Amino acid sequence: MSTISPTVDTHAGHGDDHGHHHDPGFVRKYLFSTDHKVIGIQFLITTLLMLMVGGALALGVRWQLAFPWESMPFFGPLFASQGGQISPEFYTMLFTMHATVMIFLVIIPILAGAFGNFLIPLMIGADDMAFPTLNMLSYWFMWPAILFFGLSFLFGGGPAAGWTSYPVLAALAEAAPGSGGAQTCWLIAVTFIGVSSMMGSVNYMTTIINMRAPGMTLFRMPLTIWSMFITAILQAFALPVLTAAGFMLVFDRLPWSVHSTFFVPSGLVVNNAEPTVGGGQPLLWQHLFWFYSHPAVYIMLLPAMGMVSDMLACMSRKPIFGYKPMVYSMAAIAGLGFIVWGHHMFTSGMNPALGMTFMISTIMIALPSAVKVFNWIGTIWGGRPQFNAVFLNCVAFVSLFIVGGLSGIFMAAVPVDIYIHDTYFIVAHFHYVLFGATLFGVFGAIQFWFPKMFGRTMSDTIGKWHFVLTFIGFNGTFFPMHLLGVAGMPRRYADPYLHPYLEHLLPMNQLMTISAILMGFAQFLLLFNFLYSMRFGEKCSRNPWNANGLEWVAPSPPPHGNFESVPVVYRGPYEYSHPDHSDDYWLQTEPPGAQPGAKPQAAPA
Amino acid sequence: MDSTFQLFPESASQIADRVDALYLFLVAVALFFTFLICVLILYFGVKYRRGSLAERGNPPRSNLLELAWAVVPFLLSMVMFVWGADVFYDIKTPPADALQIDVVGKQWMWKVHHPGGQSEINQLHVPLGRPVRLRMVSEDVIHSFYIPAFRVKQDVLPGYYTQMWFQPDRAGTYHLFCAEYCGTEHAQMIGSVIVLEQDAFADWLSGETGDPPEVAGARLFERHRCGSCHKAQGGSGPSLAGVFGRRVPLKSGESIVADEQYLRSSILNPQQHIVAGFQPLMPSYQGQLNESDVLKIIAYMKTLEGNASASGEDTGDGNDQPPETEN
Ligand code: HEC
Ligand code: HEM
Ligand SMILES: [Cu+2]
Ligand SMILES: [Cu+2]
Repeated sequence: MSTISPTVDTHAGHGDDHGHHHDPGFVRKYLFSTDHKVIGIQFLITTLLMLMVGGALALGVRWQLAFPWESMPFFGPLFASQGGQISPEFYTMLFTMHATVMIFLVIIPILAGAFGNFLIPLMIGADDMAFPTLNMLSYWFMWPAILFFGLSFLFGGGPAAGWTSYPVLAALAEAAPGSGGAQTCWLIAVTFIGVSSMMGSVNYMTTIINMRAPGMTLFRMPLTIWSMFITAILQAFALPVLTAAGFMLVFDRLPWSVHSTFFVPSGLVVNNAEPTVGGGQPLLWQHLFWFYSHPAVYIMLLPAMGMVSDMLACMSRKPIFGYKPMVYSMAAIAGLGFIVWGHHMFTSGMNPALGMTFMISTIMIALPSAVKVFNWIGTIWGGRPQFNAVFLNCVAFVSLFIVGGLSGIFMAAVPVDIYIHDTYFIVAHFHYVLFGATLFGVFGAIQFWFPKMFGRTMSDTIGKWHFVLTFIGFNGTFFPMHLLGVAGMPRRYADPYLHPYLEHLLPMNQLMTISAILMGFAQFLLLFNFLYSMRFGEKCSRNPWNANGLEWVAPSPPPHGNFESVPVVYRGPYEYSHPDHSDDYWLQTEPPGAQPGAKPQAAPA
Repeated sequence: MDSTFQLFPESASQIADRVDALYLFLVAVALFFTFLICVLILYFGVKYRRGSLAERGNPPRSNLLELAWAVVPFLLSMVMFVWGADVFYDIKTPPADALQIDVVGKQWMWKVHHPGGQSEINQLHVPLGRPVRLRMVSEDVIHSFYIPAFRVKQDVLPGYYTQMWFQPDRAGTYHLFCAEYCGTEHAQMIGSVIVLEQDAFADWLSGETGDPPEVAGARLFERHRCGSCHKAQGGSGPSLAGVFGRRVPLKSGESIVADEQYLRSSILNPQQHIVAGFQPLMPSYQGQLNESDVLKIIAYMKTLEGNASASGEDTGDGNDQPPETEN
């Protein structure tokens, strides 16, 4: 623990800004606010609502797989003309929009948008983001996206080319009912989401580089900040490729004779339409799409890894084990993440020599992941973990991430992937990492930072119930998917039981659907806990968890401008149970040698 | 059908057992690490829970432990790579004597063309114990040819030939799926693969009718008046005698080997490559010839020998295969 005295004058004159924050009106304060905390909470509430929407769509998918062609509760009446049965068109729309909503409107914005926004300035000791207006825009650019996703339902029942939108299916309007205007709306919406993420990414990088409090050196930053930083870099480099590919596909789809043919080869007769003209390559889209989307899966994971590291250390009252290896392994995962995209294309017809290359890079990416797992275990080892809802969710994060990471290895071994590609095994894999790891991490993070957001704590008892039910429901829903995949059940089938071959899987699918319904209902506990605690939760102090980070120095909830005075940082964020200190935590702002238990410098009473 | 749950689908090809062995190795590795880590988490969680009096401290700084944690996964991953690469290589390398069958996918059916001219829809008859190579192309969107019992899968692309091979080693009827999502009725793009003993297969072949593809191709060649331009000499188009497998100089100054992919695009998309010394006069046959027709004309063009006349009926009896080209 170096205790270099920080140079205070970097932010001289900064502190007295805070006097000028006057009370804005309701609209400026809650709607078009430029305060990073309000924006973060706006993101959080929007994404949680979208989580409900995405969940409802998923239950529609699950219903059909367990009780094929039986009238669906709630949705059934929409199909009264077909005796309550859903149509295959509707089924394809359901899984397309489920994935789209979950990935683009839940996981990505809840990590970077909600927690990134709320935590970055607080944890580095800044009064706000570097570009507050840009920050506000990044939230409001989500709404055109939501609007366009909604509009797409006016065309042929909604987009239905899968979240991966492979051309030719997604390029020619004749290819499927959802490939008309609905697909164009979908592409425009995804572009808006991309712009929103990009605004966030630029902002986070600038903020983290320039606005750290005095004494907050790079290696005193909490891992949450490191993860947000690395994620922002990933976004900045990967997103333009998706945006460009999206525009190319929109141009390919233009109805006039000027349209391009990036992805459509010539001479195709789709659904008896005129043959296509051009000389495009459908594989080009797959390369461009995965060049973005593989790094994107780490955009959907790294921030959760960072937050879990911080929560585990605090809950175990122990420094994170191997801080620097944690940083380096995140950087390694991010770097390698750019050269593994071809593992989504092992059966695509890509050159087999390339397949070999992608196999080795994909296997390699598991190694830094193993380092992280080891370090999380090392953090609990010899700590004093408290089994509250936060800790339980973090443990779920680690253990489910292992399952997802190891199933990733199955798919990295190409011969096995050739067999299980596009089966339910893949679906199991990414739900273990995206839901199992990321969402459990987010549940923990909500519970952990809620007091800072609203000045009140969430109920730990309800939190534990929510955890237990979700954990059981999750494994009941997703573990059997591995078995389905190995048994050969392809994904994206509106009716798998057309094949006598797959009939024996029906009972297992029913079990999964029942688990999924249980899990769905468990989310009402979270909703209730969240809303109830906002109004009636127990009031809390600045630092209810006795944690070390700068965010705990600010009042709960922090006012506009965050800190009463510029915080000064003397040490890293993980000095829990330090032998030289009487408390089992040691705030980053507490000057060395100060009286044990003395008020932190930045928060004069 | 029997509806008891079975974890492993039946296996019926030469590669299936090797894929399963690799899979089982991965299962063993995965189970080992999952249990190790989950047990450690639970053990530490409970042992050191707040309030317990367990001795605390960091994990022992044992170099051996840290080294093991780094080296063991690394070695395991190298084993996976080498093993995987070995099997992958064989999956991608069809033997030279493989029986070649053409597959054309379209929304939502599979068309199969045998070298003897027999055609089938949503069914594929293959002989037991002989390597079979499928050359595949799609007429519309991307599909994927998936036979779980053989542990093989290959996407079927529009505008581009892909290939896949297997050697059935158990007679029976197996399932055929489309694995790449291809639109509304994707789930119905199903079929069966029927593996017959060699004799039974020969019987089956002789019971089916159909002209051999090169004969049908010759007819198409005639009907579409290709010969009016492609004469042995003096036509407005190059002579097609011995075209397959030869190196064609292009107007752009490059040259290209006339493989199946090239011949296909010469017919459907002639503007893409212009042969040196010729005008871009050739019309595109898009919409007039479907993928099955093109495959037949290619089969016919393969029979045109080095110095034979390229103008019509006489298909020539020699069937010297020019060197196969990989795609
Ligand atoms: C109007 C005259 C014309 C007709 C009819 C025509 N072609 Fe051609 N074809 C050409 C010309 C000119 C070229 C050379 C320029 C080029 O490459 O486009 C050519 C090139 C080719 C080539 C490439 C030859 C090489 O040496 O690389 C193939 C193969 C071919 N044609 C096949 C066919 C087939 C099959 C048909 C009938 C379905 C056909 N052509 C009908 C004019 C014609
Ligand atoms: C140990 C590291 C990992 C490895 C080796 C790995 C490997 C793979 C491979 C090979 C595939 C392609 C499978 C196929 O389609 O045949 C895949 C798919 C996928 N992975 Fe991973 N993965 C890893 C971690 C992750 C993580 C951390 C995430 C997300 C947080 C993730 C999300 C996904 C998603 C969303 C897909 C499927 C996309 C789709 O086809 O719709 N993976 N993974
Ligand atoms: Cu990937
Ligand atoms: Cu399909």
